[in-house]
Amino acid sequence: MKELSLNVLDITKNSVKAGATLIEILLSETDERLTIVIKDNGCGMTEEVVEQVSNPFYTTRTTRKVGMGIPLLTLAAEQTGGHVAIVSVTAAESPENHGTTVTATFDKTHLDFTPLGDMIPTVTTLIQGSPDIDFVFRHERPQGTVELETAALREVLGAEVSLGAFEVLQWIEEYLQEQYASSV
Amino acid sequence: MKSLAELAAIREKMKDKVILREGSANKRVVVGMATCGIAAGARPVLNAFVSEINAAGLSGEASVTQTGCIGICQYEPVAEVFEGDTKTTYVKLTPEKVAEIVEKHIKGGQVVQAYTIGNADK
Repeated sequence: MKELSLNVLDITKNSVKAGATLIEILLSETDERLTIVIKDNGCGMTEEVVEQVSNPFYTTRTTRKVGMGIPLLTLAAEQTGGHVAIVSVTAAESPENHGTTVTATFDKTHLDFTPLGDMIPTVTTLIQGSPDIDFVFRHERPQGTVELETAALREVLGAEVSLGAFEVLQWIEEYLQEQYASSV
Repeated sequence: MKSLAELAAIREKMKDKVILREGSANKRVVVGMATCGIAAGARPVLNAFVSEINAAGLSGEASVTQTGCIGICQYEPVAEVFEGDTKTTYVKLTPEKVAEIVEKHIKGGQVVQAYTIGNADK
């Protein structure tokens, strides 16, 4: 992947597939470190599956026998000296409090650090693909924090206008652009 | 600054449009957005379909959705255009090719043969 923001899009798609209704994408950045947390309330994975997802020859898809999502994220993190941790609770284990949290840490000063790239199209692409899921996006940076909560937008839009409508996506894009620009 | 008031205005504006749209989308664009697609550049391709279709005023006639791995990873980014019983598979897409497909195929009804899977290896 050319940018970590593409890994974020890819990994968050797993949360969509896990049937999550709330997905949080939390980035926190200092001058030296970047931590990416993707947290969902989806069906969760058993311990065995959590162990397997780092194996590129494990996948849930049926068209092909390889699954590169987590291995690619792990590679990007570990080549900077960082790591990826996955914590998951299945719906069977905890009907009230299940889901998966993927945490990836990176050393930004490392030569092999992949740039984060543009998070805005990752967020709008996710909303376009799953307009009924609630997303929380927060990017804490030394320059300031960029934030978006789709639940608040949904309240304004009501039931008849989808978050995936082009006009809404465009508003979201500009809303995030403004926040990134103003906190520089 | 962008405000929630603007969003409320969008809601008012869209109310009437939504009724027009019900069931009228006769073309469906499906973009492969699995790891293979994303790594090959599907994110800008998807966004190009969304914005070009809207810019052409075709959002009532064509919908854009995302799917997982279509199974031809070596041809990603891939998009399928469904129209009644027919399906056209476009491969190795770029935002520039998408603009042409929207203009000629989605709007004009003419398949852009050069970008279809049948011509991928020629």
